[in-house]
Amino acid sequence: MITFMNNSDSEEEPCNERTSLMSAESPPVPSYQDGQQASEAGEAHAHRKRRTGSSRSPNNATDGDVSDSGVPVRESTLENEEEELTLKYGAKHVIMLFVPVTLCMIVVVATIKSVRFYTEKNGQLIYTPFSEDTPSVGQRLLNSVLNTIIMISVIVVMTVFLVLLYKYRCYKFIHGWLILSSLMLLFLFTYIYLGEVLKTYNVAMDYPTLFLVIWNFGAVGMICIHWKGPLQLQQAYLIMISALMALVFIKYLPEWSAWVILGAISIYDLMAVLCPKGPLRMLVETAQERNEPIFPALIYSSAMIWAVGMAKPETAARGPSQQMWDTAEDRGEDHRSPSHTNSQISERRSPVPTRPITSFEELEEEERGVKLGLGDFIFYSVLVGKAAATASGDWNTTLACFVAILIGLCLTLLLLAVFKKALPALPISITFGLVFYFSTDNLVRPFMDTLASHQLYI
Amino acid sequence: AFFWLVSLLLSSLIWFIAVKASDPQDEPLQKGLLIFGVMFSVLLQEVFRFLYYKLLRKAIEGLVALSEDGCSPISIQQMAYVAGVGFGLMSGAFSMINLLADALGPGTVGIHGDSQLYFLTSAFMTMVLIFLHTFWGILFFHGCEHRHWWEITAVVVMHLAVSGSTFCNPLYVGSLVPSYLLMATAAAWAYLLSGGSAQNLRRFLLCK
Repeated sequence: MITFMNNSDSEEEPCNERTSLMSAESPPVPSYQDGQQASEAGEAHAHRKRRTGSSRSPNNATDGDVSDSGVPVRESTLENEEEELTLKYGAKHVIMLFVPVTLCMIVVVATIKSVRFYTEKNGQLIYTPFSEDTPSVGQRLLNSVLNTIIMISVIVVMTVFLVLLYKYRCYKFIHGWLILSSLMLLFLFTYIYLGEVLKTYNVAMDYPTLFLVIWNFGAVGMICIHWKGPLQLQQAYLIMISALMALVFIKYLPEWSAWVILGAISIYDLMAVLCPKGPLRMLVETAQERNEPIFPALIYSSAMIWAVGMAKPETAARGPSQQMWDTAEDRGEDHRSPSHTNSQISERRSPVPTRPITSFEELEEEERGVKLGLGDFIFYSVLVGKAAATASGDWNTTLACFVAILIGLCLTLLLLAVFKKALPALPISITFGLVFYFSTDNLVRPFMDTLASHQLYI
Repeated sequence: AFFWLVSLLLSSLIWFIAVKASDPQDEPLQKGLLIFGVMFSVLLQEVFRFLYYKLLRKAIEGLVALSEDGCSPISIQQMAYVAGVGFGLMSGAFSMINLLADALGPGTVGIHGDSQLYFLTSAFMTMVLIFLHTFWGILFFHGCEHRHWWEITAVVVMHLAVSGSTFCNPLYVGSLVPSYLLMATAAAWAYLLSGGSAQNLRRFLLCK
């Protein structure tokens, strides 16, 4: 087994993105490399004006046209309705995020519980050089704090580096970096994972088949994530790479360091997204200024497409998804940079019918999606996976952490709907998760065990 | 579910403190503490159900204020049902999941002289509790809505009774039978409160 990962690309994965609630004003946009940019920018402007109007669109396509005249009087009422719509469909967004987060956690927990490999201690990452095998508690605590400091500073450096690259428009570099790291994830880690799973279930597989399977999996994954692909396939791949990354973390981070790192990273997240000089905030603002979406590759987006008054359903359906994946070019995968938490409740218009609407048959397709950073997925799964791996109360603790994280996510999304700007997704969920983990493991478990042994029910 | 979890947390905290503060060798005291823990937990669960009701009330008011036609997209009865189901699922999951995990592994039930029906009765008890939580949710919320304090006290008393009946275990007839009877009562009551009637039931069963 690899004890020290020398390749810095490997683990630092696409971690860390937090959800940020982007202001609804931010136009969702065009790929910076496309020639479509001009038209889409124009569309984006028109779109902005209509935004308030079109927010009612699922029901009233006609309003879209009428409100275009930008009557300010209507703005306030429209804003209200838009708010209501945000809340109403906010519930849908919550569900849309629950499903992938749950899936990721299920994959991680299932793997942890069945495959022994991920719970064996076989060395540590180069980023956590201090070992925890020390005799005294104080020493162990000190080591874990030092490990955390090193890890967090690596993350900070990477984030700042990424922000600088983004600011100075070194898109090719970011792009290359991303491709390299996702290559590593999709091929190497999948190979290791598959190997361990096969070992656990004692299934034989010959090398040619293995090669074929992994090659196909990896190639399709690269295409889906960095270029175009069906939305669901892309989501599935993102979930899988988050799970793989989380498994790597669970295996290679020593016990106490993992918990301290989780705590520290949620604090860092809070600061990086909310402080005026925080790197993530600067990233978000720069992207907003340039009217570009922020690194879609590191973000899980769950776009819902509502087609209203479809004139050309075919192209309409393809339009938004193209737009979404066109932005694949400026995907930056940041190694360990707790980047941008982007969850925009963004509205996108299909680029296809840009002509002013005379009839309400105009293709108004709106996509409303919520975006959650992959780093969030990873750290949620790390928390739940660690709970599954190390808690002696087994499933109760895991279940409690799972519920806590989901409720934290709900609350974050609620705040998102209220504040309408980029928000970090980690702090609330991780805090709840940590509190519930420690309290369930130490307090609830003896209680439930005693109850179960007497078969008492509460 | 989250609220149930928090109530469980607090009640186990209290129990834990009590246990640590007392003599571990004293058997009857431990048993007494356990009973106290159970009762306290039940009361705390009901308190949290009430708190959850308050929260949902506020949420409904917010939704009504924001909605177009003055009524919220989800009614208080639906919320009561969902709250009850959430409570029930969480309590059921916590009761059963370790059992199920152990059931997957090797072993003999009741080898040390305990009842051999352990898994079976646990399953039935969990099921009845989940149903009961659902019905209690409806009854409780209805009581809070219409200020029928007797409904609320009835729910609390029923919960205490069901938990108390489990003290008879392993004399399962003492715990399962009353619980199922109480469940039938609660089911009928909740059904009537939700607007059902014998006629509706007959029509439903005869597929009219």
